[in-house]
Amino acid sequence: MSKKIGDVILDVKNISLRFGGVKALTDISFNVKEHEVRAIIGPNGAGKSSMLNCINGVYAPQEGSITFRGQTFDHMDSHQVATMGIARTFQNLALFKGMSVLDNIMTGRNLRMKSNILMQALRIGPAENEEMMHREKVERIIDFLEIQAFRKTPVGQLPYGLQKRVDLGRALALEPQVLLLDEPMAGMNVEEKQDMCRFILDVNDEFGTTIVLIEHDMGVVMDISDRVVVLDYGKKIGDGTPDEVRNNEEVISAYLGTSH
Amino acid sequence: MQTTFPRLLLKHATERPQAPAMREKEYGIWQTTTWAEMAKMVEHMACGLHQAGLTRGEHLVVIGSNRPRLYATMLAAQSLGAIPIPLYQDAAGPECVFPLNNAEVRFCVVEDQEQVDKLLEIREQCPQIAHIFFDDPRGLRKYDEPGLASLEELLAAGEAFAKQHPDFYSGEVEKAHHDDVGAMFFTSGTTGNPKGVVHTHNSLINRAEAGALFDKLTSHEDVLAYLPPAWIGQNIFSYAQWLYCGYVVNCPESAATVTIDLKEVGPTYYFAPPRVFEGLLTSVMIRMEDAGAIKRGMFHYFMDVARKYGPTKMDGKSIGMVGSLLYTLGNFFVYGPLRNNLGMSRVRVAYTAGEAIGPDLFSFYRSIGVNLKQLYGSTETAVFVCLQPDHEARADTVGVPCAGVEIKVADNGEILVKSPGLLKGYYKNDAATAEVLTADGWYHTSDAGFLDAHGHLKIIDRVKDVGRIKGGSNDGAMFAPKYVENKLKFFPHIKEVVAYGDQREKVCVMINIDMEAVGNWAERRNLPYAGYTDLAQKSEVYQLIKECVEKVNADLAADELLAGSQVSRFLVLHKELDADDGELTRTNKVRRGYIAEKYNVLVTALYNGATEQFIETQVKFEDGRTGSVSATLKLSDAKTFTPVGKAA
Repeated sequence: MSKKIGDVILDVKNISLRFGGVKALTDISFNVKEHEVRAIIGPNGAGKSSMLNCINGVYAPQEGSITFRGQTFDHMDSHQVATMGIARTFQNLALFKGMSVLDNIMTGRNLRMKSNILMQALRIGPAENEEMMHREKVERIIDFLEIQAFRKTPVGQLPYGLQKRVDLGRALALEPQVLLLDEPMAGMNVEEKQDMCRFILDVNDEFGTTIVLIEHDMGVVMDISDRVVVLDYGKKIGDGTPDEVRNNEEVISAYLGTSH
Repeated sequence: MQTTFPRLLLKHATERPQAPAMREKEYGIWQTTTWAEMAKMVEHMACGLHQAGLTRGEHLVVIGSNRPRLYATMLAAQSLGAIPIPLYQDAAGPECVFPLNNAEVRFCVVEDQEQVDKLLEIREQCPQIAHIFFDDPRGLRKYDEPGLASLEELLAAGEAFAKQHPDFYSGEVEKAHHDDVGAMFFTSGTTGNPKGVVHTHNSLINRAEAGALFDKLTSHEDVLAYLPPAWIGQNIFSYAQWLYCGYVVNCPESAATVTIDLKEVGPTYYFAPPRVFEGLLTSVMIRMEDAGAIKRGMFHYFMDVARKYGPTKMDGKSIGMVGSLLYTLGNFFVYGPLRNNLGMSRVRVAYTAGEAIGPDLFSFYRSIGVNLKQLYGSTETAVFVCLQPDHEARADTVGVPCAGVEIKVADNGEILVKSPGLLKGYYKNDAATAEVLTADGWYHTSDAGFLDAHGHLKIIDRVKDVGRIKGGSNDGAMFAPKYVENKLKFFPHIKEVVAYGDQREKVCVMINIDMEAVGNWAERRNLPYAGYTDLAQKSEVYQLIKECVEKVNADLAADELLAGSQVSRFLVLHKELDADDGELTRTNKVRRGYIAEKYNVLVTALYNGATEQFIETQVKFEDGRTGSVSATLKLSDAKTFTPVGKAA
């Protein structure tokens, strides 16, 4: 691989998250380097989505800090996260089912639009030119994800695998520096998984986007990630390259079970 | 007109530089390339290829779908006196080895990563490949194989070269003669290695001209290029005739968007094999069944009107006052919107060829006002041999010989053709050339047929496939497998058929159901099924297919020549016949011999009277992996009828 992996872009330090008495995350630290594909894996309930939600600003951890591009936060703010260039997709899709693929992806451009809602509604002033500019960006994403045939189709009518792709498209519309993917391959068949892998690698490759992904499917993770963090019961039990993680005793016992 | 393709290009670029030559839908917008831009692109590409070492008389392979830059590549190669060979973009790697080696190809220009991967995979077997240029750089950033470069780089290098040597390009174009070899097409062939069909500039341009004059094509036509450019038909419609007439060729956004793009472009000159027309009709019918009662009622009422008056009207004859009135109303409420929905509002001339088309299907399109016609030709004849004139189109003939063509029927029923569009020969295969092209200039089509009373050519089958029934009550009767297969395939529920009967005492067939049509049929009857294999073996489906077979038998009984070809037994196959498994050719024709070998147990079971047979089959998936499908198939008898002629 000739890909250049840069410096640390996102640094998570000693994060702990509690819901009442339930410890979702305990003292988690790891970092993400620029341009890499970083996976967070773990069995069900290990705290993977909670971790992503902390980075994303949905949850505020009780302890620890998150540093993004040199700025350190106790907890993130969702809106601010998006403005800083971190986009995400959702495990259980959060698309506008009645809207077309094009419009759904267009919503991802929301933060980049400068004209106000009135100008946009009436298409006056710079609004029209701006819309054309955004439309072009969106069209490039549609082309990239090979969903040209469904441009005008309401998202609710598409099969699940394609909806996942639209979800990714909307996140890409933000032109993110870091892309958080919450189980991008969940519920897909083998062919759809292969397609999704290709898109993730292409995003990483073509745009240099740093990718943090949560995934269940070990095979997929090992194939596409540069480094992997393993969580179990809210604790970090492994961190390293896929090969290192694969040979980690604790990881093996967490996944395969072990006699104590 | 005796000229070469590059000269035609330069003529358009000089006479009408700003007129659109090609459009390609990209990023949701139809992007236009004018003739002047096209000529510049071709010049730069030719200079680039020259610098890279492409020499006169050398072959260059082009693999990809319809893309302006790939068409420009063919022109660039021809400008240098090199010979472009388009190959099928969906062919698997190993299938490309023979053509690449046979023509000693050093230069390949391909569309994208998929094609690059394919070539790299077979590079060891084709060590002479020195250059691979790709159009779409996506996913190829990390590749550093020797000789791999983007068309972008090639064009840039060519542009620099053209600046230094401004007269180089026109000098090269001048050197070409119209009788020089212009292009080579590999025929898929049902047996053995493919054969390279060599055509000169003149043979292709001459036929393009004949077709254009026949249908009065102008530079105002719009064409949608969506079939593989490696197929000579697409090459004639979107290359030879494009350059001859100077009309606009539109390239769809992707294979999945063709129907959408068709609607947007609204072509005036349209070509599709019967299966495309059938697919369009099936999708309309299925949507119509789901429509509201009023719409559905109106549709069926006016379709009856169309069936009654439409074909007569299309033939240019009067349909009376009542007929005119009803048809006009129907046109307003149903046919017009339907044509628009099919993307055929502007179609002036539409052709179908390659396979026989069902009479119902054919007259459906004609009855709603689409001027659908048939033509006859092949790779070896540069397509145009026979064409149906407007007002004289019929489902069972293929038209009258067009300008320059002479036709003769040999004693064995084979059709012989003499035409300026005949191939120069098969590449490096004199034996095969001598078989089809005799010294007296006749090309042996290997099709059996005859000219009817009106001078229209009618095709029955391939000469070598026409057989005889041996033994039994029909001993010695003529058996035309394709004829029987086609009659069955005209039913919407049947997708593919393989018929056996030569040198046997009765005719038996293996059938593929049409998943979409039968699946829909089953859903309407609340018939649950788990997939193709399961659905195919339902007894209800067997009953449905049996009715089709018996209708065909009743029909055949009335045919004096082919009454003995009635089908006695049939089975429904457990998997769809597929080109990837070698069961169909790349142009989707059944390979009867290969299938007989592969499904030998089934053929035996058909003839030994068994009622069930177990079979396990290897299948190849699109990504190259293999798996197996197994099933126990039912075999069923069908009623045959006493020939009408015999009874009398």
